[in-house]
Amino acid sequence: MSDGPAPVLRAESLVKTHYGEGAPAHAVRGVNLRVRQGEFVAVTGPSGAGKSTLLHLLGGLQRPDGGSIWLDGACANAWSEARWAMERRKRIGIVFQFFNLVSNLSVADNVELPALLAGTSPKQARAGREELLAELGLAGKERSMPGELSGGEQQRVALARALVNQPPLLLADEPAGSLDSKGTREVMRLLSRFHQRGQTIVLVTHDARLASAADRVISFFDGRIADDATLDGTPSPRTGISGVLELRD
Amino acid sequence: MRLPLLALLARGPAHGYELKQDLEQLLGSAYPQPNVGQIYVTLGRLEKQGLIEGEDVEQSSRPNKKVYHLTESGREELRVWFEEPEDEPRVRDEFFMKLALAPQTGLADQIALINKQRRQYLTAMRSLSKLAAAENRDNRIAQLLIEGAMLHLQADLDWLERCQEELEELE
Repeated sequence: MSDGPAPVLRAESLVKTHYGEGAPAHAVRGVNLRVRQGEFVAVTGPSGAGKSTLLHLLGGLQRPDGGSIWLDGACANAWSEARWAMERRKRIGIVFQFFNLVSNLSVADNVELPALLAGTSPKQARAGREELLAELGLAGKERSMPGELSGGEQQRVALARALVNQPPLLLADEPAGSLDSKGTREVMRLLSRFHQRGQTIVLVTHDARLASAADRVISFFDGRIADDATLDGTPSPRTGISGVLELRD
Repeated sequence: MRLPLLALLARGPAHGYELKQDLEQLLGSAYPQPNVGQIYVTLGRLEKQGLIEGEDVEQSSRPNKKVYHLTESGREELRVWFEEPEDEPRVRDEFFMKLALAPQTGLADQIALINKQRRQYLTAMRSLSKLAAAENRDNRIAQLLIEGAMLHLQADLDWLERCQEELEELE
């Protein structure tokens, strides 16, 4: 173990079983994970592998049956729902597949609300919102209602909302899962951009294209980490990219 | 590279270096840059086959350059090219052979093989993402080429996932 700063996120022996009708589903079966400051980690795997459950555990949206989670070195085992809710405003931003915007609030209010709830002054909340919306190409959409926006635009609003309190950790659960190919590329580009500025990101996705934006990819199968790979991926200018692109002859 | 060169000459006469630049501009950085020597060799062959004809053009203070134009049989060759559909892409059988034969040899583990192959594909995917970001967004042909490659890789990765699901159940 290194003596460097505590990882932004650490999980040890996480276990979660869903009990419904039929046999119990072992969604997460003993997961250990460390995410360092500034890392962009993608968790991929087939649907039903438990990767969304894992993300929900990491964000305190569900509680594990066993194991522990640390955020910035602080153990979250004893945290109440209220404490987790507070952490999700300040230390953890989350984006979901279906955006989860408040449908009867304007775009501006959706983004400012978490800032106000976290105790930011209205003036600062507004400034933060303006900056993020401009950054995300949504200037001019402040007064729109979520239902008037395309899926890709709604996801950008959700991203702005998740980042307005400048959380050290961003969790993303299939953020392009309900977007078309163009929207997917847009999300990918934005996540990469925030990551380049130092944002720590944990992304759950079944889409390998999206996952390849990360610099570390965890393959999740049947509730367990099957592989944990750091990607390099510097294109080689001489040979072009993989046989896929070679013209024959 | 034969037929792409013929296709470029269908627009009008050009010399070797022009053709190289045209190809680069059209296909973008995702395409392995054709080396100019290869292009001249291919043009020589096409000329021997009567598909193109070269004409020396004098240049002041520089060696002559050869400007090529498409012949009628070259045009016919191109028509046939466009007429015929291409074979479907084949499954990467070398990896499949490793996967199929690993248990009998006792020399490799199937899941380890899958993991190794996945890393390879993910790294390639990442390179493609970077290329797509670096490539001019307005170059649609180049972007489509990269997107096609990414979708192929996505399919290969999905298939690895299936292999892993099936083979882990047997363990």
